[in-house]
Amino acid sequence: MTARERIAGNVANYVDERTGAAAWMKKNLNKVFPDHWSFLLGEIALYSFVILLLSGTFLTFWFDPSQREVVYEGSYQPLSGLKMSAAYASTLHISFEVRGGLLMRQIHHWAALFFMVAIVVHLLRVYFTGAFRKPREFNWIIGVGLLTLGIVEGFLGYSLPDDLLSGTGIRIAEAIIQAVPVVGTYIAFFAFGGPFPGEAFIPRIFTVHVLLLPGIFLALITVHLMLVWYQKHTQYPGPGRTEKNVVGYPLFPVYMAKAGGFFFIVFGVTTFIAAVASINPIWLYGPYTPGQISAGSQPDWYMGWLDGLVRMAPPLETHAFGHTISWNILIPGLIIPGIMFTGLALYPFIESWITGDKREHHLLDRPRNVPNRTAIGAMALTFTLIALINGGNDIIAQQFHLSINQIMWFSRIGIIVLPPIAFVITKRICISLQRADRELVLHGKETGRLVRLAHGEFVEIHEEISPEKKWLLTSHEQSGALELPEIDKGGVRRPSAIRNKLRSRMSQANAEVAPKVSTQDLKEIEHL
Amino acid sequence: MAHEIEAIQDPGIPAHVHRKADSDPKEAAKAERQVAILFSLSAVGTILFIVSYIAIPQDVFVFVPIMGDTNAHQLFLGLGLALSLFFIGMGAIHWAKTLMPDNEVTVQRHEFKSSDEDRKEFVKTAKDGAAAAGLGRRSLIKRSLGLSLGLVGLSPLLLLRDLGPLPGDSLLKTSWKAGTRLVTDPGDRPIKPEDLEVGAVAQVLPAMLPGQDHRSLSDIGKDAVLLIRLRPEDFNLDAERLSWTHEGIIAFSKICSHMGCAVALYEQQTKHLLCPCHQSTFDVTRAAKVLFGPAARPLPQLALTLDADGYLVAKQPFSEPVGPSFWERSS
Amino acid sequence: MKRLSKYRRHRAVAPLLLIVALLGIGTTFSVASATPNNSALALARSAAIEEGKQLFLKGCSSCHGLNAEGGGIAPSLIGVGAASVDFQVGTGRMPMADMSTQAMRKKPVYTPEQVAALAVYVASLAPGPEIPGDELLNYERDGSVAEGGELFRNNCAMCHNFAAQGGALTQGKYAPTLMGVEPVHIYEAMITGPQSMPVFSDKIITPEEKLSIIKWIKSAEAEPALGGASLGRVGPVTEGLLVWTLGIGILIGVAVWLAMKAR
Repeated sequence: MTARERIAGNVANYVDERTGAAAWMKKNLNKVFPDHWSFLLGEIALYSFVILLLSGTFLTFWFDPSQREVVYEGSYQPLSGLKMSAAYASTLHISFEVRGGLLMRQIHHWAALFFMVAIVVHLLRVYFTGAFRKPREFNWIIGVGLLTLGIVEGFLGYSLPDDLLSGTGIRIAEAIIQAVPVVGTYIAFFAFGGPFPGEAFIPRIFTVHVLLLPGIFLALITVHLMLVWYQKHTQYPGPGRTEKNVVGYPLFPVYMAKAGGFFFIVFGVTTFIAAVASINPIWLYGPYTPGQISAGSQPDWYMGWLDGLVRMAPPLETHAFGHTISWNILIPGLIIPGIMFTGLALYPFIESWITGDKREHHLLDRPRNVPNRTAIGAMALTFTLIALINGGNDIIAQQFHLSINQIMWFSRIGIIVLPPIAFVITKRICISLQRADRELVLHGKETGRLVRLAHGEFVEIHEEISPEKKWLLTSHEQSGALELPEIDKGGVRRPSAIRNKLRSRMSQANAEVAPKVSTQDLKEIEHL
Repeated sequence: MAHEIEAIQDPGIPAHVHRKADSDPKEAAKAERQVAILFSLSAVGTILFIVSYIAIPQDVFVFVPIMGDTNAHQLFLGLGLALSLFFIGMGAIHWAKTLMPDNEVTVQRHEFKSSDEDRKEFVKTAKDGAAAAGLGRRSLIKRSLGLSLGLVGLSPLLLLRDLGPLPGDSLLKTSWKAGTRLVTDPGDRPIKPEDLEVGAVAQVLPAMLPGQDHRSLSDIGKDAVLLIRLRPEDFNLDAERLSWTHEGIIAFSKICSHMGCAVALYEQQTKHLLCPCHQSTFDVTRAAKVLFGPAARPLPQLALTLDADGYLVAKQPFSEPVGPSFWERSS
Repeated sequence: MKRLSKYRRHRAVAPLLLIVALLGIGTTFSVASATPNNSALALARSAAIEEGKQLFLKGCSSCHGLNAEGGGIAPSLIGVGAASVDFQVGTGRMPMADMSTQAMRKKPVYTPEQVAALAVYVASLAPGPEIPGDELLNYERDGSVAEGGELFRNNCAMCHNFAAQGGALTQGKYAPTLMGVEPVHIYEAMITGPQSMPVFSDKIITPEEKLSIIKWIKSAEAEPALGGASLGRVGPVTEGLLVWTLGIGILIGVAVWLAMKAR
């Protein structure tokens, strides 16, 4: 035994005597993880979170979360001698006097944007492959919670420097709070410690941004990862992969090296972008005062769709019995987002109700094989994208010499008309892709080589695809629609008949697919 | 063909394909060198980072294509750090891909559902425990427990009462009173009608009270006013609102009636006000009537008159609350 | 008197009276209209007015009317002053080529001398804002950058954006970028209120405050990219675009490489 082995053995012994670690280490170091690039999207979010913690802690050593008024005496001349809040002044100090301060600020903000982008692309991957089905519904709900909290955390974060752009965003947030019926003004006055903007808001959101929400994130992310660990990751269908196994690489050393390496990649790319691209140049925005505004004011992208919804809302307000309800604020600001996030969180249960499928699923779906789900996803994406585009309508108008009024009307009509069109188009594309898969299995791949037969006919040679590919294209399930007859075999009318009618209709729509290749099909072509 | 047509079967995991580095030691050594180069590049990056921090002054600018004149200290610090991190990652991944075993391993999943025996025992333990606690039988305990927990849960909420004052009439009032002078923002200069030409606009605040040397942002957030001069014949107002103007000069609250942004964008030719937040458009000639966008109410108009010295003053406070709507707003 | 009246019918009386009358009128006229400077300048000015008028008739009257009284598509220029002409024609906005939304800054059609002549002509029609002289425009000496920034954010940023990059107005109109604009044109725009822009009277924003604004604009123009590529200085929209294209693109590219089998 070498000296190194002896020391390692002693350490291991020391720890194991106190914790019994060897048993679970042995099991977990060999844990198998499937390898596909699309499984790394959630990791981008996880690593961005770590980067946010590290860079954020650095920033808290210099940031002063106070709204008390100070006179600027730092090195940035265009603001010299101006009155501003201590929060804004300390952010200027970090940007211009602290070495590496501006870099850290930019790493932190770019990492926040990456965090949200990664969550969204990860959500899209999980959604379109059906990874949210049993037993992973709970993890899906945690994920939707992380998305929602991420939006709030980002908003609070970029509001901390108290600059003109983010202060405008807080003004709008306060108007939403104030518009809530009955209790709105009270909640707003409690949150702000008085009328807007007051002097209490920045210190309070600092606590939420730095302590409360990161704590909740840590807990949720831990549970999220533990569930993936315990339930084992899903895998794409393919040769050798079944619902009952996991095919991949062991944690130690391969996965650790790749995943650990990927952390450094994410950190490195974020730092690179922070080094070459400016983000949130608060010194140009100026300190916040409610009497000023800039043309082209937008929130960060992950709130842009909310801004777009608010912009396109019809000017509806009800005045009755001495009270006002601002539908023009409540509908786009609270009601529609509430419906969207609730629908998103409940989607696994909605889908299992429609399909009647209560089994565990560990093999992912190819999106084309679930046309209805894919089309619903495309519909939701179209809706969000139109709202997002409308959120930037003044920037778009200025860049491309268009009219904000025309873009607004396009969005108002488009957001109702375009999603159903996207649904139909996507579903049709999925079904035709399924038909193309059928063709591949039955007739093989087109090679582009033409042969002239003796009697003059030209045919294209088709090459049979590999057995692995054949398996991939036919291994998916196609259970038909649910059988929910209104009158059962005994002649008794089912209770909840209306609900069942809706369910059976949605189930039928869901089951609309191009039938996959069956043994019968194979027999038929053999005889041609 | 004569053989039986079978349904398509799972052909099983494809045969393992060996990498060059698996069979050829020279290739393995090459891969090892590549990994070493990547890790060394990271070290170079760290050195660049340290040197930049120490040696590059913070006021040096270099020209970089696309980026323009960039702060050298910031750029090289960032590039150094980025390189040092990125190449550790590249090195580790390349090492895993080329040299670590890439044989796929298959592991069986186990069912999550506990065995029937475990389930029966769990149910028994739960039921026995519940029976031992006696909650089911002793409804007096159950009800009083519920009461005490519910009440203690409410107590922290009470502690939050001092987060802020009650709204009171704060949202209904501004600093504008009868006789308050309009002053320029910034500058605090009082304004005479002849100071404004037709087509001119002025950002305006109420004059500070005697002894006041400072305005709070909360006051500015309610008091900010926009002063616009048109020709008197441009107005399309009823008699009362017309009496609130003076020689073609009209004043509106600058705080948008939608969500409170500053509505300061005045289009001189169309005589429209545009709020840049959500594109609500207001018609100045018709008392800021909403023409487009999500705002539901016109901007409140401030009644103007002249004081004894000929300066513009408010005739009376705003006739309605300024800013966004709220539940207690009656109109 | 009786002696003089004896000669009232003398034949030299008529020419003599004519000469006396002409001398009297001429003297009265030149005394009454004498400018403090010498008459060469007055001559030059009236020449410029004439040149301006000719240029105007050729290039502007088709829209603005033969006497600059305006028409269906163009406003009256009576009273707009030399400053308006120097701004509109000097920045190339006039003559207006594309009639769709608003006059755009483009390469000026007229030379600086021609612009000056047009300005003098229009100024001669009625009093209006004058072209600020160089002494008035010494913003380096008389302006303050920090005060200018405050004034800019208060009065200009809502249309022209926080970094003077320009912004959208209604119905396709826009407030243009202020980058690369001559200080004199910035000053003239503030005092004349071209097209959608309102007028910023000298009592509301004093001449010194206007110089501060110009000084801040020039400082913003010259400001280097402090944090890296500025992405247009229009705010979070371009930042989001970058992270959704280059950012996640690089990361997904690395992820694909990571999961690929090595050769």
